[in-house]
Amino acid sequence: QEKETVTPERAEEAKLKAKYPNLGQKPGGSDFLMKRLQKWQKYFDSGDYNMAKAKMKNKQLPSAGPDKNLVTGDHIPTPQDLPQRKSSLVTSKLAG
Amino acid sequence: SSAADIISTVEFNHSGELLATGDKGGRVVIFQQEQENKTQSHSRGEYNVYSTFQSHEPEFDYLKSLEIEEKINKIRWLPQKNAAQFLLSTNDKTIKLWKISERDKRPEGYNLKEEDGRYRDPTTVTTLRVPVFRPMDLMVEASPRRIFANAHTYHINSISINSDYETYLSADDLRINLWHLEITDRSFNIVDIKPANMEELTEVITAAEFHPNSCNTFVYSSSKGTIRLCDMRASALCDRHSKLFEEPEDPSNRSFFSEIISSISDVKFSHSGRYMMTRDYLSVKIWDLNMENRPVETYQVHEYLRSKLCSLYENDCIFDKFECCWNGSDSIVMTGSYNNFFRMFDRNTKRDITLEASRENNKPRTVLKPRKVCASGKRKKDEISVDSLDFNKKILHTAWHPKENIIAVATTNNLYIFQDKMN
Repeated sequence: QEKETVTPERAEEAKLKAKYPNLGQKPGGSDFLMKRLQKWQKYFDSGDYNMAKAKMKNKQLPSAGPDKNLVTGDHIPTPQDLPQRKSSLVTSKLAG
Repeated sequence: SSAADIISTVEFNHSGELLATGDKGGRVVIFQQEQENKTQSHSRGEYNVYSTFQSHEPEFDYLKSLEIEEKINKIRWLPQKNAAQFLLSTNDKTIKLWKISERDKRPEGYNLKEEDGRYRDPTTVTTLRVPVFRPMDLMVEASPRRIFANAHTYHINSISINSDYETYLSADDLRINLWHLEITDRSFNIVDIKPANMEELTEVITAAEFHPNSCNTFVYSSSKGTIRLCDMRASALCDRHSKLFEEPEDPSNRSFFSEIISSISDVKFSHSGRYMMTRDYLSVKIWDLNMENRPVETYQVHEYLRSKLCSLYENDCIFDKFECCWNGSDSIVMTGSYNNFFRMFDRNTKRDITLEASRENNKPRTVLKPRKVCASGKRKKDEISVDSLDFNKKILHTAWHPKENIIAVATTNNLYIFQDKMN
């Protein structure tokens, strides 16, 4: 009887799929690539937000799912999604 | 120290006398090597701060509601042509040419101005004198000479100066542009891999570099582990490569992680121009430009991480972009790892070493002790187990002096300069 040895990589893959069963089932371009192309923070746009609210008076606004960083056309950033703004600039510590 | 101090690039100039660092806060700090001290013949000159300036500022794209980070992604030095030094620095969107010049004398003895700059009443001037230059304390000034903007929709990951010293390339995730150093309002697009339908996007450009000697040749690497060599003489748009370097994959080994860990984070030509080196998540590969179907050498940086890929994916470390570099004679290559470790591989002896950049574990002016990671089983006395590694302490950027055995190693927000023992 053949004994199948699982490579370390395959074992890790099994671990990951056990934790996230929906992984790798998204249609369209690769998740990582899209995430990479949209690296910059997206700020809250009050115009978008209010228009979306007006359009969907009786429905619930789509909120950020597990892919919080992947901004698609359906997801309107809310004030809660936003990271903190940067602090002011000072001299690099390497410059002493 | 603040997040702005995170070092994002390190680069020696062509003589090795100057060392530039860029950081997340958009600042550049340049160090200069001291002239050799005749009485201290056992060590080379130390590097001291020479100049520091704010290269890039954060910007906001109002149209798309996107913030443009001021983080310096790359610095590249121009070869020195006169008394001043020039470098290119880039963030995600804009490349700038900086002139760094010294001023060690100032004019004194104007007829119409006082020493403090106030104007004199001309009617009080009774004699004329010739102003003269007098020595002053050295001042190093940085001024932006060119700003190359608005040519990249995606994030710039690389800049590379051509061996003609007149042109340079800039690469983002999907496109590569060719610039002339004197011209800021135009650039030529030489590679465009953006698909007509973004749903069909399968790979992005991760790094690009000009050949050190052939001014018509450049390479770019991809997120799928391939390198394409292009010849600008073949056509204006180099979408079709002259050579494609790719190592065949064993299909039985393929996993969810295969493509991610094959993504090339850095590509560097050897000084000779005969080889190029690529860095992917777990290894460093040396390619002979004459052989496209596989690398001629492969060095494992931290193979023990292969059985940790699940957690490295969850904490995003699997996407860390490590750089690599050659020593001056192309005999040794170096790259960083985690836990403030960095690795060197001697291509001739096939020996490798792991060293650590940390103040706690190294006394100054003593030889660095080699480190060893214990992958599994019983851990020996001085070894560190994989599970004790600090994945927040990553060495992504290293640089090797072009002529001497002096290296610069950047931890998250500290810069270490090491030199080999001189007898």
